[in-house]
Amino acid sequence: MNDDKLIIGGREFHSRFILGSGKYSLNLIEAAVKDAGAEIITLAVRRANTKEEENILDFIPEGVTLLPNTSGARTAEEAVRIARLARELGCGDFVKVEIMRDTKYLLPDNQETIRATEILAKEGFIVMPYMYPDLQVARDLASAGAATIMPLASPIGSNKGLATKDFIQILIDEIDLPIIVDAGIGKPSQACEAMEMGAAAIMANTALATAGDLPMMASAFRQAIEAGRKAYLAGLGRVLTRGASASDPLTGFLRD
Amino acid sequence: MENQFFVDSEFLSPEALEKKHRLETDPSCRKNHMAYLPDMEQIQSDICGKVMEQMESYDYSVYTARDVREALNHETCSIEDFKALLSPAAEPFLEEMAPRARLETSRHFGNTVYLFTPLYIANYCDNYCVYCGFNCYNHINRMKLSMEQIEHEMKVIADSGMEEILILTGESRSKSDVKYIGEACKLARKYFRMVGLEIYPVNTEEYRYLHECGADYVTVFQETYDTERYEQLHLMGHKRVWPYRFDAQERALMGGMRGVAFSALLGLSDFRKDALASALHVYYLQRKYPHAEMSLSCPRLRPIINNEKINPLDVHETQLCQILCAYRIFLPFVGITVSSRESAAFRNGIVKIAATKVSAGVSTGIGDHESKYTGKETDGMEGDEQFEINDGRSLETMYEDIAKEGLQPVLNDYLYV
Amino acid sequence: MVKINGKQLDLAGKPLEKYLESAGYDPKRIAVERNGAILPKARYSETILSDGDEIEIVSFVGGG
Repeated sequence: MNDDKLIIGGREFHSRFILGSGKYSLNLIEAAVKDAGAEIITLAVRRANTKEEENILDFIPEGVTLLPNTSGARTAEEAVRIARLARELGCGDFVKVEIMRDTKYLLPDNQETIRATEILAKEGFIVMPYMYPDLQVARDLASAGAATIMPLASPIGSNKGLATKDFIQILIDEIDLPIIVDAGIGKPSQACEAMEMGAAAIMANTALATAGDLPMMASAFRQAIEAGRKAYLAGLGRVLTRGASASDPLTGFLRD
Repeated sequence: MENQFFVDSEFLSPEALEKKHRLETDPSCRKNHMAYLPDMEQIQSDICGKVMEQMESYDYSVYTARDVREALNHETCSIEDFKALLSPAAEPFLEEMAPRARLETSRHFGNTVYLFTPLYIANYCDNYCVYCGFNCYNHINRMKLSMEQIEHEMKVIADSGMEEILILTGESRSKSDVKYIGEACKLARKYFRMVGLEIYPVNTEEYRYLHECGADYVTVFQETYDTERYEQLHLMGHKRVWPYRFDAQERALMGGMRGVAFSALLGLSDFRKDALASALHVYYLQRKYPHAEMSLSCPRLRPIINNEKINPLDVHETQLCQILCAYRIFLPFVGITVSSRESAAFRNGIVKIAATKVSAGVSTGIGDHESKYTGKETDGMEGDEQFEINDGRSLETMYEDIAKEGLQPVLNDYLYV
Repeated sequence: MVKINGKQLDLAGKPLEKYLESAGYDPKRIAVERNGAILPKARYSETILSDGDEIEIVSFVGGG
């Protein structure tokens, strides 16, 4: 298992759990990161308040990679602007491109995401686009220079699990980039299932933020993700019903 | 019994004979088969490297019955699973592979079997490919059809009901140049709804031209992906250059062709490795050009004029069936064509499992469709065949036989746009 | 007047660095955008705000 590394943009990670930092108190972040075993945490970029007493960066343990997202952006241009500001804040080159024109469901705009990915990849960012699972779009994102593909499982915050399961499977089968399932994962079992399918990693935020005991839920997710990954590597032998076998042998016509 | 390919014709001049023998016995007098000739376009592509890496590292002796069972249980057949299905360990599982293959075929193709016929318009050839009836040292009746003769052949074939034609030539840029082939495509457009080409590999711009003349798809057989063996079998001529041939399908797609077809000639080298390479050639190219239609064939060596002993060695019908089932399971969306090199009994059986396209009303000679279809004596010459066919059923008979098996024969489902 | 994070403030002619200090911003924890372009940290000390400038000051916050 030590050799099973997640490689994004040339950087190696052992953990396949990307933690969100939204919707819960700063003082829980450290425990969340430790119990989740997370090596990557997402952040948003917002106007800074004056006389701020606490900065989130003070709560994130050393050695954790910061993954700023472009939430708030409604167009590719806005996402690019936020990404550049994030880089200026000093987090390295990672950026999660999130472009939503719909505030009800927060579903991503695939087309704007492709445009933003292309621009940012050319500027040397390690681009991790959040998208609605569409194979053609995933191919375009890969051509545009994305480092991973992050398809949603179900709407952000819904905790509804793998509503788009079959389409995520198609991405896993057809795209040669890490597929990181993001948004809508509500339970550790769903995270486990996604890993069993062959996903490279899982991102979760609301599932933890709404749990009764956040650090414990973080730990549960961590175990579920590890279990799913091991099952995948061990070689799942799914047996599916294949239809009745023919009564006459199909190959009876072979003469030699 | 090993194939004895070198046959000396009594019609060769002493100089020609001497050159032929030198080519056969002295490798140093042959051109470098991996070096492009000046008129050959070289594209930048990573497909060849990927295919060859997989083929060269393929050791089929390591796969066990367990691997085969797992491969059959997986919903999606991975490359590793495919390797297991091609291995000797899968042979006892043929009766389990067949229903799985049939399921995949029915999911993607229903019970459809497409029909087509080949039309050889010229059999002049500058290459010395030792197993082929058209090879430049083989003494056969050489012929090149004029445009009137081509149109006549096409009319005879179209009148019999056929809607898809595959136009073939030998390799001779002087006798059957690209413009000549292009004119034949334009004629074909008048009589057929789908026009395929199985000609010598050409450059991207030439494929574009042929596509504009009316060709929809291009078939190129790599013959063998074993480059050393390839070198021993293709001793002279443009066809000797292996990498230019490998990239032909990609150039065809770059030139706008809708579809491409692939194969190795089974029996020339290790057939399991060649089957793996053929399928991966399709697999990697499909990922790069997702819109393209792809198909695979699986020809086995057949006797030719002046060498009736040529045979497919250890590729028996059982192995052929195994390969086709494995192709179908690994690449469910790819067409599989079985030609008249195979017997009627084999073709009848395999269309119920994995094959989706068969030829009918076949002649591999030149200008002889009328005599073959109607028995009428033609006043013109006829050119000799490329290989001896095994299943000579007419379109009508084929159509009825397929329908009797509960399948749906389809002449064409295309609109030319 | 200078617009900072959406608020109009009377800072034309004043040095940016002084404003940041007086407002309690930690330069290491913020990024500054002036009229749509990112202002590198090295330039904070020499930048004088002009009338009509639009400044955005951002930092990281929690997000998914």
